[in-house]
Amino acid sequence: MDGHGDAAQSRWCLSQVKGAVDDDVAEADIISAVEFNHSGELLATGDRGGRIVIFQQEPENKSPPVCRAEYSVYSTFQSHEPEFDYLKSLEIEEKINKIRWLPQKNAAHFLLSTNDKTIKLWKISERDKRPEGYNLKEEDGRFRHPSSLTSLRPMDLMVEASPRRVYANAHTYHINSISVNSDNETYLSADDLRVNLWHLDYTDRSFSILSSNAASYCGPHIVDIKPTNMEELTEVITASEFHPLQCNTFVYGSSKGSVRLCDMRASALCDQHSKHVKFSHSGRYMMTRDYLTLKIWDLHMESQPVETFQNDCIFDKFECCWKGDDSEVMSGSYNNFFRLFEREGQQDVTLEASWESGSPGCPLKPWRVSTGSRRKRNEIGVDCLDFSRKVLYTSWHPQENILALATVNNLYIFQEKLDEF
Amino acid sequence: MFSKGTKRKFSDGGEDLSEDGLLGARVASSYSLQRQSLLDMSLIKLQLCHMLVEPNLCRSVLIANTVRQIQEEMTHDGSWHVVTEAFCGASHSPSERLVATEVLCRSRETDAEPKLFSVISYEGCHEEEVVADETLCSVSVSGTDSNVCLAGRMGRVWEKRELNGIERGEEALSGDDEEIDNEDEASTEAPKTIGQVFGTFEIKNGSTGPDSALEELFSDVDTSYYDLDTMLTGIQSTPKMGPYDLLDGLAPSHSSPSVVAAPTCRSDLNELDHIMEIIVGS
Repeated sequence: MDGHGDAAQSRWCLSQVKGAVDDDVAEADIISAVEFNHSGELLATGDRGGRIVIFQQEPENKSPPVCRAEYSVYSTFQSHEPEFDYLKSLEIEEKINKIRWLPQKNAAHFLLSTNDKTIKLWKISERDKRPEGYNLKEEDGRFRHPSSLTSLRPMDLMVEASPRRVYANAHTYHINSISVNSDNETYLSADDLRVNLWHLDYTDRSFSILSSNAASYCGPHIVDIKPTNMEELTEVITASEFHPLQCNTFVYGSSKGSVRLCDMRASALCDQHSKHVKFSHSGRYMMTRDYLTLKIWDLHMESQPVETFQNDCIFDKFECCWKGDDSEVMSGSYNNFFRLFEREGQQDVTLEASWESGSPGCPLKPWRVSTGSRRKRNEIGVDCLDFSRKVLYTSWHPQENILALATVNNLYIFQEKLDEF
Repeated sequence: MFSKGTKRKFSDGGEDLSEDGLLGARVASSYSLQRQSLLDMSLIKLQLCHMLVEPNLCRSVLIANTVRQIQEEMTHDGSWHVVTEAFCGASHSPSERLVATEVLCRSRETDAEPKLFSVISYEGCHEEEVVADETLCSVSVSGTDSNVCLAGRMGRVWEKRELNGIERGEEALSGDDEEIDNEDEASTEAPKTIGQVFGTFEIKNGSTGPDSALEELFSDVDTSYYDLDTMLTGIQSTPKMGPYDLLDGLAPSHSSPSVVAAPTCRSDLNELDHIMEIIVGS
C-alpha cells in the first residue's frame, strides 16, 4: 500500500533544531512564519513577538557527497511592534503572518514581512568594511601619506536590517497572504475579504488595474468579496498568490474550498473567475499550481471532526510547500508530524519533528497513523494524536532537499541523505 | 493510511442510517445528539467570539456556516421548533417558513422593529427550560423571505438552561460592554444578531442601534483611526525614498523599525497623555 511506510527508514534525517528546549514556551517565541529565500541560502522565520530571525547556510559544509545543511543565525531584528487602534479599542498584534523574499538583485537582500495590518519591506545588508583615515595628521603631528586617507578597513561582519518601506492602512481585515509578482515591481496582499495590489515603490496607495484609479487608503482593490450586507457573509479569502511566471495572473482561495484564477488584464475587479477548482472540503490552504491539495488534505483528520471543532483545531491553517522541481509536496500535521507526498509514484510518508526521535544525521523512521486497535512499531492511534503539537509553517529549499518547518517554538531543519548506502 | 477522499463533515454519522429500524433509530438519535452538540458549541463560540478583542473573521464565518447548515438540516427533518404559540399570535408565519440562511439576517423588509427568536426548543429539549421571556421572543413577519432569526440574546438563553452539561457563568456571557448589563431591556436595545457580530469586525463602536439604514449607508466607510487622524492632521506620507535597491548609503534612515503612520496618531495621544498626567498629577 505504502512503500515508504514499510521501509525501516526514510531518506530524510534531522539536521538541526533551533530554539529553546523549555517546556515553558513564551507566547512571543512561537514561530508563525518560515520561508527560504530564492537561493535557499537564507532562511527567515517570524514569530508572534514580531521578530524576524534569518539563518544563513554556511558554505563550508556544502561539500559532497553528504551535504550537511548547517544554518546559523545571520540577522535578528524586530519587524513589527504591537499597535493600538484607538478608535476601535483594539490591539493590533505584532505577530508575523507571512514573510516573502524578493529576488536578489544586488548584494543586499530584501524581504516583505506582514502582520495583520501592515506590510514592511526590509533591506538586509552586510557591512564588513568601514572608512578610516579622515584625519590628515597623525597623532604626533606628521602629515599622513595621501594613500592612507579615507580608506576602507575590514571590520567584523555586521548585518543590518533596515525598513525601506511601510505599506499601511490598506487593510480593514487581517492580512493572510503576500505575494511578489514575477515583474519584481508589484506585489499583492490579501486579507479576509480583499486583495490589494501594490507597487513596491509606493506606500501611500494600492492599485487597481486601471492605474488612473489608484487611490489612497483602502482601495480600490483587485478583489473584493465583501458583501453589501455583512450579515450575508459566508466565505472569506484564505490565501492569494501570483502566478510564478505570468505577471498578470494570480489566484485566491476561499474558505469554501474554491480557487479562483484571475487575469488582471480581463477586468479591473477580479470577481469573475475564469477557472474554478473545487476541493472536497474546506480548503484551508490552496496551492497555486495544482489540485494536489485535494489529496493532501483528505488525509488529515479522517475522524473525530467534533473533537477538533471543540478545541478549535478545525481552524488551524496548515501550510504546504513544493519541492524545487515540483515533484513532491510537504505539509505539516498534528502531533508534530509532517507528510511528504511524491506526485509521480503517489507515495507518501509521515515523519515526526521531534529531537527525541532521532539524532542529527540519523534517518527518520516513518510513522503510521492507524485507526485500528493493533499497534505496530512506529504506529500511533488516531485517538492519541496530540492536537497541541502542530506543524503549521513549512518551507522547502528551492534547490536542495532541505526542509524547514516550525513546531510551536522550534525550527527544525531536515535534510535528505544522499548516497548513504 | 491513504484513505479515500471522503469529505469530512461534522454530520458524518448521519450518513450511515441503515434499513433496520432499531439500529436506524439509535444511529439517528446519536446523530441528532451530535448535531445538537455541534450547534450548541457553535453558538457558544460565536457568542464568545463576539466578546474577543479582535475576532477572527474567518473563524466566525466558518462557525456561522456550521450553524446555518445545522439549522437547515433541522428544519428539513422537522426537529426545529420554535415555540411561537406561547408568545405570538397565530397570524404569524408558521415554522416551516424557517430558513437557515436567515440565522444571520435581520428583517429589513418589515415595517415593524426586527423581532427575533431565541433559540428555544430542539428535539429532546426540556420544555421547562425554554426561556419564558416575552420581551425577547417574537416572531418576525416577512414578505417573501422568512426572517426568523437566531436571537442575539443567545447569552441569556444559555444562562437559563444547561445543555449537554455545558455550564457557563454569567460573567462569560454578559461581558460585552455594548450589551445592557442586566435585565430584559430588549425594547431599548436591539438584540445582537450574528450579523452584528460580523458588523463589529469593521466598526466596533456600537453598531447595535436600530439605525440600520444609517449603518448601511456608512457601512463601507472605513472609520479606522488612521483615516480620521489624517483628515484632521493632514496626510502623513512616508518619507520619500528612492528606489529601494542600490544607491542608499551606509546608515539606515530609520533608527528603529516602527509603523510610519503611528507618529501622527501618537503625537496627539502623547499630548493627551501629557495633559492627563498633569491633571492627575502623577
